[in-house]
Amino acid sequence: MKTLPLQRRTLALLAFLVPLFALFVYVALRSGPLAPVAVTTQTVEAKALTPSLFGIGTVEARYTHKVGPTSAGRLKSLMVQVGERVKAGQVLGVMEPIDLNARVNSQQAALQRAEAALKEVDARAQFARTQATRYEQLAAAKLVSDELASTKRQERQIADAALDGAREELRRVKSELTATVAQQRNLTLVAPVNALVTVRHVDPGTTVVAGQAVIELIDPGSLWINARLDQASATGLAAGLPARIVLRSRTGSTFAGHVLRIEPMADAVTEEILAKVVFDTLPDPLPPVGELAEVTMDLPAVAAAPVIRNAAIHRVGDKTGVWKLVDALAVFTPVKTGAADLDGNVQVTQGLAPGDVIVLYSEKPLSAAHRIRIVDRIPGTAP
Amino acid sequence: MISLAGRDILHAWGKFVFTGIGLGLLIGVTLIMAGVYRGMVDDGKALLDNSGADLWVVQQDTLGPYAESSSLYDDVYRSLLAMPGIAQAANVTYLTMQVRRGDTDVRAMVVGIVAGPPGTLGWPPHLVAGRQITRGHYEAVADIATGAHLGDRLTIRRNQYTVVGLTRRMVSSGGDPMIFVPLRDAQDAQFLKDNDAILQGRRRTEANPAFNRPGVPDLVDATIRAQGSNRFVNAVLVRLEPGSDPDAVATDIRRWKKLTAYTRPAMERILVGKLIATSAKQIGMFLAILSLVSAAIVAFIIYTLTMDRIREIAVLKLIGTRNTTIAGMILQQALALGAIGFVVGKISATFSAPLFPKYVLLMPQDSIAGFGAVMVICVLASLVAIRVALKVDPAEAIGG
Repeated sequence: MKTLPLQRRTLALLAFLVPLFALFVYVALRSGPLAPVAVTTQTVEAKALTPSLFGIGTVEARYTHKVGPTSAGRLKSLMVQVGERVKAGQVLGVMEPIDLNARVNSQQAALQRAEAALKEVDARAQFARTQATRYEQLAAAKLVSDELASTKRQERQIADAALDGAREELRRVKSELTATVAQQRNLTLVAPVNALVTVRHVDPGTTVVAGQAVIELIDPGSLWINARLDQASATGLAAGLPARIVLRSRTGSTFAGHVLRIEPMADAVTEEILAKVVFDTLPDPLPPVGELAEVTMDLPAVAAAPVIRNAAIHRVGDKTGVWKLVDALAVFTPVKTGAADLDGNVQVTQGLAPGDVIVLYSEKPLSAAHRIRIVDRIPGTAP
Repeated sequence: MISLAGRDILHAWGKFVFTGIGLGLLIGVTLIMAGVYRGMVDDGKALLDNSGADLWVVQQDTLGPYAESSSLYDDVYRSLLAMPGIAQAANVTYLTMQVRRGDTDVRAMVVGIVAGPPGTLGWPPHLVAGRQITRGHYEAVADIATGAHLGDRLTIRRNQYTVVGLTRRMVSSGGDPMIFVPLRDAQDAQFLKDNDAILQGRRRTEANPAFNRPGVPDLVDATIRAQGSNRFVNAVLVRLEPGSDPDAVATDIRRWKKLTAYTRPAMERILVGKLIATSAKQIGMFLAILSLVSAAIVAFIIYTLTMDRIREIAVLKLIGTRNTTIAGMILQQALALGAIGFVVGKISATFSAPLFPKYVLLMPQDSIAGFGAVMVICVLASLVAIRVALKVDPAEAIGG
């Protein structure tokens, strides 16, 4: 009679203590250093890879023409606005002539004066020649003295020299006029090619120095991408590679293109290789010069080899390798890696064979002492 | 022989169990507090472990890159690579900032890592999902503590980054989750101002006659370009060749490169001794107080339990029970109560630890020490109770 309630109490206490103790054992084994590490695995497969390169760059024009005066001066007028298309030879603007017109006038007057001077000297020379001939004949007939004849001969020579001088003077004045007129003509700014106006650097009234650009023109058909690739991940970059271009303003649409050339000069400061990538067909509307673009270049596919994910590769000590499953234990196996693609697949050239099972993700860093528990997904990561 | 203590416990088992659970929750809180402290220290060590470096090379005379800001030219690593004993050197940047994800933002440490083959220095050593960064720009590997999922778009400054991989326990010394991005992007993110600030900066430069000279029209453009680039990193991580002495290499770097280099123990001292020293002390103080209070409460509970049964003990004495039997009974009860309390505490601490926003590290040695402490406190508390019980006058059993 008395033992029954006691037994019930014992049972109740046990009903509390036994699960508590079981829970405690579970907690002790499933957390802390004794707990097995949850890992996911991957089976190594032999696969061909299509490695790609990735770089970013800016849209640039292959030909940029900076049109400006060849001598310092003030801008008089500009006939074109940014965005207009211009033809080769079209006048874009005019520089203020300042004193150039007056100088042309003065040189035209000087030219006329030189021409008049030439006429005068010519008349003198003709007369001197006639006189000299006449006195030669008279001297031959002994009608005048030899001295007089030689004086006339000298006068003829002097007049001839004066004529040569006047001719050269006329040529000089003519050339000067031509030069000044050429300068005057140079005051107009002319488009060298069919182009698009991209920048008006200054407005009329501004004084510009010699060589300063007033207007910038680009050849809109020559837009390309100046792509920059990190030197460490530019293996295989070559001219002619097909490229996919994504413009920052048009994310979602991809433009086809190809690598035109790799610049012989790399950027030593930023450790990047520069490449020029051209569009196969220019986007419409044209992307603005300077827009950022992402360029993905596809390399030729490489032959099939064991492929793993790059997340499976770890570094232990001074060796790079993977944790391979051997009899349900993770064993560190050094590997040598080869080609890789942008999706995170890496070919293994040495250390693994197709069919090997390796640890892909792990809950925490693995060591040889860890027990492992294979799961489909590491807890906490969403599907 | 029947166990007097067991009998007594069975007699009032409900009270006993609930007292044990209450005591257990108190012990659980104490264990959690110890876990919070251990977690803080572990955050610091995780930061060092995850970088994978043997040496940290930082700006001269700074405690960088974690405890102090440090900036180095990003080509310093080349001259370091030429030094004997150094196998690898990699630039790295650290910037703690608010990273926007959709409509929310999350506090994170953005780490800039260099491009290279898998296993490159500075890369997250292990992932829980996704892949490592393969593109040189606009990809990110985020810690799951940021709440990010694969394929999410994170906004850092004006650029969008696609989350391609997830890590676990990649945290800064402050416990902020890390986000790994390509170095070039991270350098920009550190330096990049908002667009308005850039425009105003340009206007200021243009207005400055020293930079905008009429005779040298290109000078202002060159100046603006020079102002807009960032050629600095926060530290260079160095991995040594096997067998070389870290201290010797660090001394060489200090002497010849005029930079400061820290070895792993030195870095740990900086992180644990300086960076989290105050907060660790704060938690330590709290832990000490909590332990004292717990001890006092445990002692008090056991004393009260004994006092509740003082009449029964008097009866036991009256019927001639030996003192050692009574003392044994009280001691056994105290120890049983302590054991139940510890088990409940350990279970509750283990299950509640993941719910805390920051990392709580429950170490087995803490648990063992905790168990020992609980037992010692129980013994000490029961000694007081035993003393009272033994002094009780058997007459009390029939009196009153």
